[in-house]
Amino acid sequence: MICDAANAHTFVEALRFIGDHPGVLATKALEQLELSGAALGIALAVALPLGVALGHFHKGSGLAIGASIFGRALPSLVLIGVFLTVLGIGFVNNMLALAVLATGPVLTNAFDGVDGVDRDVVEAARGMGMARVQILRRVELPLATPLLFTGIRVAAVTVVATAPVAAIAGGGGLGDIIVNQASYRLEGVIGASLCVMALSAGVWLVLLGVQVAATPKPLRGARVMEIVEPRKEMA
Amino acid sequence: MTVAGGPVIPNFGKGSPCVTGNHAFCWGWVREHWGDTLQPRLVEHVELTLIAVGIGFAIAFALALLTHRVRRVEHLIGLGAALLYTIPSLAIFQILVPFFGLTTTTVEIPLVGYSLVILYPNIVAGLRAAPPDVLEAARAMGFRRRQVLARVELPLAVPAIIGGLRIAVVSTVSIATIAAFLGEKGLGYPILLALKEPTPFRTEIYSAGLLVVALALTCDAILVLLRRALVPWTRVGNT
Repeated sequence: MICDAANAHTFVEALRFIGDHPGVLATKALEQLELSGAALGIALAVALPLGVALGHFHKGSGLAIGASIFGRALPSLVLIGVFLTVLGIGFVNNMLALAVLATGPVLTNAFDGVDGVDRDVVEAARGMGMARVQILRRVELPLATPLLFTGIRVAAVTVVATAPVAAIAGGGGLGDIIVNQASYRLEGVIGASLCVMALSAGVWLVLLGVQVAATPKPLRGARVMEIVEPRKEMA
Repeated sequence: MTVAGGPVIPNFGKGSPCVTGNHAFCWGWVREHWGDTLQPRLVEHVELTLIAVGIGFAIAFALALLTHRVRRVEHLIGLGAALLYTIPSLAIFQILVPFFGLTTTTVEIPLVGYSLVILYPNIVAGLRAAPPDVLEAARAMGFRRRQVLARVELPLAVPAIIGGLRIAVVSTVSIATIAAFLGEKGLGYPILLALKEPTPFRTEIYSAGLLVVALALTCDAILVLLRRALVPWTRVGNT
């Protein structure tokens, strides 16, 4: 036990730490965003086309559900540990481990979004003479936007929030401070933790803004705010 | 980062050639250390999860019943819940340390919070799953509000509630590994220790990692079976 009692003093110290070391914290935060961005980029490049394609052809719902269950069941620490033993310490192993974490929500929601588009609407578009690609681009994707973006947002926040754990495997970022109490003491650890919280809440809010902006006007409103986890497993 | 108690560090100096050579997977090590390293951590992990989901479910259920008929409140709570879910586990564990020390309470508060945030929207959605004409019929049969809830809405909500429980349990098992950053708690601890070796000890990482994933999938399977037992009519066409 280091300190048991409620200790407001530590928080004052933590805030002072933030005030005293803005440069270090900003550098570490940028490092963390870089790692997160790279991981999210890989996940998007793989999972988005796959999910959209599977949804378009209404095939592979098992894969989408499996991805959401396995994505949740794989703990970040385990992924980071396993990738570390395979690829060694550094940026790449953490990027890949975080990318795997981000794949689940992106894939599942891309699939659900496109797969869930009303078949009558697609039929009507076909009746109007639209080609497959046109149907995908002008009907299915716009209607899938809210779910699709929710998946991306969940993935992004998961990655940013998990990135500090990667510090244990040389991932850098604010986690470097959090896992190194010996050098930064408890106030440094808590200061960095507060920054991590602000960072992931910030990412969530920014992406929510992007989502609202990217959603076709008639679809805005209640559906955009549906933050409930994917509904697939519920039915 | 602090580690309480005496860490159980695999001894590279002695042991089988497999262990000293840090081969991919040493069954011998797993057998030898099941009793002192893996099994106690597995039990802890199960305890952490059950407490978190149990308390989270009780609170979420009460909240859902309270707000069942007030849609506006539900939107607000939904938004708050989503924001709560963005709080990184590692950060919130550390932030609670000055208040509760390196205790189970420090670990359970965020775990309860996360499961609550997952369960609440699912329970609310479940309570709303009853089709309007069914409710109408129940009322026409003379059911009171409480009876409608207990005999129509709640049974129809079971699939959604169990769906929420599946997500909550699997997520909690996964997040509970991060509790290891606060000391000897759960299956994350052996992984963290192994990662801190100059050369990460592979067998320990793999065996504990497999146990966590197996635990999550087992819990998930148990809940699926529970749903089949409770609501046999959903068996067709669902996972």
